[in-house]
Amino acid sequence: MTFRQATYDEPLLFEKRSGDEATVDLTDLVPATIRRERLELPNLPEHDVVRHFTRLSQMTFGIDSGFYPLGSCTMKFNPKYAEELAALPTVARLHPDQDESTVQGALRLMFELQRALATISGMDAVTLQPAAGAQGELTGLLLAAAYHRDRGERRDQVILPDTAHGTNFASAGMLGFQIVEVPSKDGRVDVKALDAAVGPRTLAFMLTNPNTLGIFEERVLDIADVVHDAGALLYYDGANFNAILGKTSPGKMNFDIVHFNLHKTFTTPHGGGGPGSGPVGVRKPLEAYLPYPLIAFDGARYHLDYDRPKSIGKVRAWYGNFALLVRAYAYILRLGSDGLTEAAERAVLNANYTMHRLKGILEVPFGGIRKHEFVASAASLVPKGVRTVDVAKRLMDFGFHPPTVYFPHLVEEALMIEPTETETKETLDAFVDALARIVGEDPTTLKGAPHHTAVARVDEVRAAREAVLSWRTAKARKPDSL
Amino acid sequence: MLRALGLRAIEDLFSDVPAEVRTDGLDLPPGLSEQDVVVRITEMLAANRSMDDMPMFLGGGIYDHFVPASVRAISSRSEFYTSYTPYQPELSQGILQALWEYQSLICELSGMDAANTSLYDASTALGEAALMAHRIHGGRVFVIPRAIRWNRRSVLQNYLLGGSLSVRDVDYDRTTGLLDLAKLREAVTPDVCGVYVETPNFFGRFEEQIEAIREVVADAVLVVGINPVAQAVLRPPGDYDADIVIGEGQALGNPANFGGPLLGIFACRQEHVRKMPGRVIGLTRDANGHRAFCMTLQTREQHIRREKAMSNICTNESLLAVSAAAYLAVLGSNGLRALAAENIRRAKDLAAAIDRIDGYVAPVFKGAHYNEFAVRAKKGYDRVRKGLLDHGVHGGIALKRYLPELENVALFTTTERHRPEHVERLLQALEALA
Repeated sequence: MTFRQATYDEPLLFEKRSGDEATVDLTDLVPATIRRERLELPNLPEHDVVRHFTRLSQMTFGIDSGFYPLGSCTMKFNPKYAEELAALPTVARLHPDQDESTVQGALRLMFELQRALATISGMDAVTLQPAAGAQGELTGLLLAAAYHRDRGERRDQVILPDTAHGTNFASAGMLGFQIVEVPSKDGRVDVKALDAAVGPRTLAFMLTNPNTLGIFEERVLDIADVVHDAGALLYYDGANFNAILGKTSPGKMNFDIVHFNLHKTFTTPHGGGGPGSGPVGVRKPLEAYLPYPLIAFDGARYHLDYDRPKSIGKVRAWYGNFALLVRAYAYILRLGSDGLTEAAERAVLNANYTMHRLKGILEVPFGGIRKHEFVASAASLVPKGVRTVDVAKRLMDFGFHPPTVYFPHLVEEALMIEPTETETKETLDAFVDALARIVGEDPTTLKGAPHHTAVARVDEVRAAREAVLSWRTAKARKPDSL
Repeated sequence: MLRALGLRAIEDLFSDVPAEVRTDGLDLPPGLSEQDVVVRITEMLAANRSMDDMPMFLGGGIYDHFVPASVRAISSRSEFYTSYTPYQPELSQGILQALWEYQSLICELSGMDAANTSLYDASTALGEAALMAHRIHGGRVFVIPRAIRWNRRSVLQNYLLGGSLSVRDVDYDRTTGLLDLAKLREAVTPDVCGVYVETPNFFGRFEEQIEAIREVVADAVLVVGINPVAQAVLRPPGDYDADIVIGEGQALGNPANFGGPLLGIFACRQEHVRKMPGRVIGLTRDANGHRAFCMTLQTREQHIRREKAMSNICTNESLLAVSAAAYLAVLGSNGLRALAAENIRRAKDLAAAIDRIDGYVAPVFKGAHYNEFAVRAKKGYDRVRKGLLDHGVHGGIALKRYLPELENVALFTTTERHRPEHVERLLQALEALA
């Protein structure tokens, strides 16, 4: 496939010709000591603003633009009906402090979604409050800490496998917990090493299953026993939930706490970085600690239940990313039990098919089948001076978003590939064909890539050195890059 | 495809999932057609009464401003909303430039040098600001106004658990509603790493003692909470040497969405940039010397720094930041300043009109307000609140939940969205309920 990204030398908003400043009389409105006399935002014709951002959008690659096999991010099709529903005034134009009697529809939707997520995960109770996966982790660890504290125990260690997402480390670090990392064996948790690591200080063990290599942790019940025997809790990182829908559940695997990424598994759009949504499910013994309010139903009315004396309180303002909860619930209703299970099946099939076709082109460490994603390595290209980053950049020239690169760390020159269920065989074949061609290309072509994007390879080192994060700073410093 | 893999059935792909943990499907109803889903959800949500159905005088962090259609047209570009975090800058220049422009616009409003591309909302921005103040200063106490939304306080306490930092309250002056300066002086001891001040504050009052507060804060970190629209007519916190500026950015072109998603504004001075949480976009060049943008200073972030990261945040609220940039670009400084002035004027007029009705005092606190103000209902607010609903109008937020001494007081908010007939309906209902 040939690909040429739209390219504009689009000036900054601030570089466009601004209309004249109008005067605003603030005399009786703002006391002189705190009054602002000028604000330097450009005054532009509306049509120019629309054209500006339209051009910028054309220099942006979304799932609607092409294949986006970003490992661990589950970039599947974002259905358009969900967008329409989220834009309804009965979603968008609700204030969170409205009287409960005026938001019965919203509360009902949230109540039903709490239940659906509990069913899907095999947990007893769910909070929809966390704003994203990482905030779900933070919430889950706060719940674990509250649970142990209530039992008179002070536990301050969080155990993580070396395949864990960076956010697991950061969430535990943010709460001041000590982190114990256990190495993997054959791409799986080394249960012996885990057994040696757990103890009376262990708060929780956080596990992604299937893990970030796309490998299912077959000994998950042994892992749960080891963790529970030490009095610790088992935490399920839901980033890879897409692989197991209907096939198993965190509950069935003896996990105690689960976070979901609605923007992955339940395909709410990721918005170029967010918003996301990271509900958390727990087993009965942890329910009392969930953030308030939960959405409750008394048989006649839905209400916000704040009467939760053991609750950890709040992790963000109000009740959750409601507009995304609407999208996710619409998706769950649309797919239903059959569709969600089929989504997992197709996601796993697509990953294994892509991996199978890629063998012989790139190295794929670790044997066996994978779940929804797999990790390949470009280490074999290093002798000819080519690295993973070069392969990734060159993929853009064929109209593909590159996979996640250099993660997980235990694979050298890693390319983490997650095709998702909404891609066709034709797309997967074209992607593998492109990689096959790239691997055979001369290093100069690869090092010079990408060639067909709005800009050539970007100098990230310079960006970090100059640290120019605003027009104000740019104007003051006049860096070369301006 | 199965054949290519040498497999017979899809089940063979799940042979690595042990039988003991297998489930047989999900205990949910079967899928529905797209039409049925749309009908079902639309009907369920029809039980809501939106701001289109009933005038509401609610604010307290979320404001109902008119959003020009161009803003939604821009944020609905599917290249923007279906893209992931721009890890690959060459393919994502457009959104990177839009986010850099957002950072720049926030810096113009706040007078800061650097902004990130967003945190979840103002409450988590406050939590992160307290942690950052500790990183900068080292002290273990963070000072906040006692008059603050309790959800912000609750979130702050959860964010501070790990650093064993504590929160210290400073009361407000009962006449002006502003921070009690004498009490602030007592509170700012040498172990204080930072002080948080809001302007406009919880009561809608502009904090007029900002210079004096800056002096009291001395070498601790000054964190200023802003309303980005009001900021168009207020001195930028950079002017009075604030270190960090946070705020709720929903008002900039984003719907209320029943409280989420929101837009946590976070900006700081250049000297603190490497201690700032969240994703930032930097200016640079490409291999051919053309101007380019990319995510930068990533060594502060979780995917590189893991437990030593400044924050665990990964997914943020970027799309709302794009909307905010589009909104500010459409309005320009002229539009935004006129809007802020209009909101002040309307609140002033509304407060005066309510005050003229027997049985109410408005505003409760004397001095200049933004677009909200405290109202005292002499015979109690609970009854008035319920009565207003019967009259088809939604009253303000009762304050006794946050501040028990404000038993009969509510926070009323107005914006340019309220039509004269909405205001009239409110006033008539208040009169009937007095």
